Amino acid sequence: MKDKEVASADVPYMERTREYYRAQGYTKDYLWAHHEDAPFSPLDKPLGECKVGLVTTAMPDTPQGRAQRQVYSCPTTPIPGSMFTDELSWHKTMTHTHDVASFLPLAQLQQCVQEGRIKALADRFHCIPTEYSQRNTNENDAPEILSRLLHDEVDVAILVPL
Amino acid sequence: MSLLARQLESRGIITLIIGSAIDVVEHCGVSRYLHTDFPLGNPCGAPYDADMQLEIMRQGLSLVEEAGRALTTRRAPFNWKDDTWRKDYALIDDSNREELRLRGERRRQQQAEDRSAGKTRAAMISDT
Repeated sequence: MKDKEVASADVPYMERTREYYRAQGYTKDYLWAHHEDAPFSPLDKPLGECKVGLVTTAMPDTPQGRAQRQVYSCPTTPIPGSMFTDELSWHKTMTHTHDVASFLPLAQLQQCVQEGRIKALADRFHCIPTEYSQRNTNENDAPEILSRLLHDEVDVAILVPL
Repeated sequence: MSLLARQLESRGIITLIIGSAIDVVEHCGVSRYLHTDFPLGNPCGAPYDADMQLEIMRQGLSLVEEAGRALTTRRAPFNWKDDTWRKDYALIDDSNREELRLRGERRRQQQAEDRSAGKTRAAMISDT
């Protein structure tokens, strides 16, 4: 599958990642999921009446979160002072993840609640591990997150991969 | 995360992805995507820039309101302080070629040990 063309300045992450794997001796290229279309649910009520949930690819900064990559749920209040991001492929030579608001927008969403832009933020946010195996994501982790968000009764989910 | 977005959306939960890898997200295909053209790691805004972070979230919420069809992408109107990061990500040159080869050997050995120990989950390479 040919990569979708990106604007000239955009970093071609799929191409870079393929080359990086090859340089480490891997002979079989990773195949990213590809679809020509996507499901779409229209917003059927004002955003100010919507409850919002949040999902991150960071793990909780706890002994278990550091040791075990799995689905976790954490309270949105108080906002965690740190998250475990070491295993993720963010740009470690150029930036950092010490400010959780730069990838986990709880403070921003709480502000939006205060302003009435959204009705509420769910009481918990969810962590989903990035996976080499798309099957693990499709058959295990995504259904688990779906179940938890349905339980939270959110209307809108904001998903932030690092 | 894009695969999760597709599942949620198909079950009626409205989704918005805020990210920085536009080729990966658009290759998978999602309903709504706000692209922050920053080094991977800070898609919600530069560290400790609370004003920018709030503005990006507001733009994301506007996208939720205004997107009328799937595969809608918008770009947050912010630039990183310079462009040096664009060529730096996963850079391969003579200075690290041998190191990467050896790292791959160690990683495959570790993966074999993990499999023997029954560990079935593996992350993407993260030592960029």
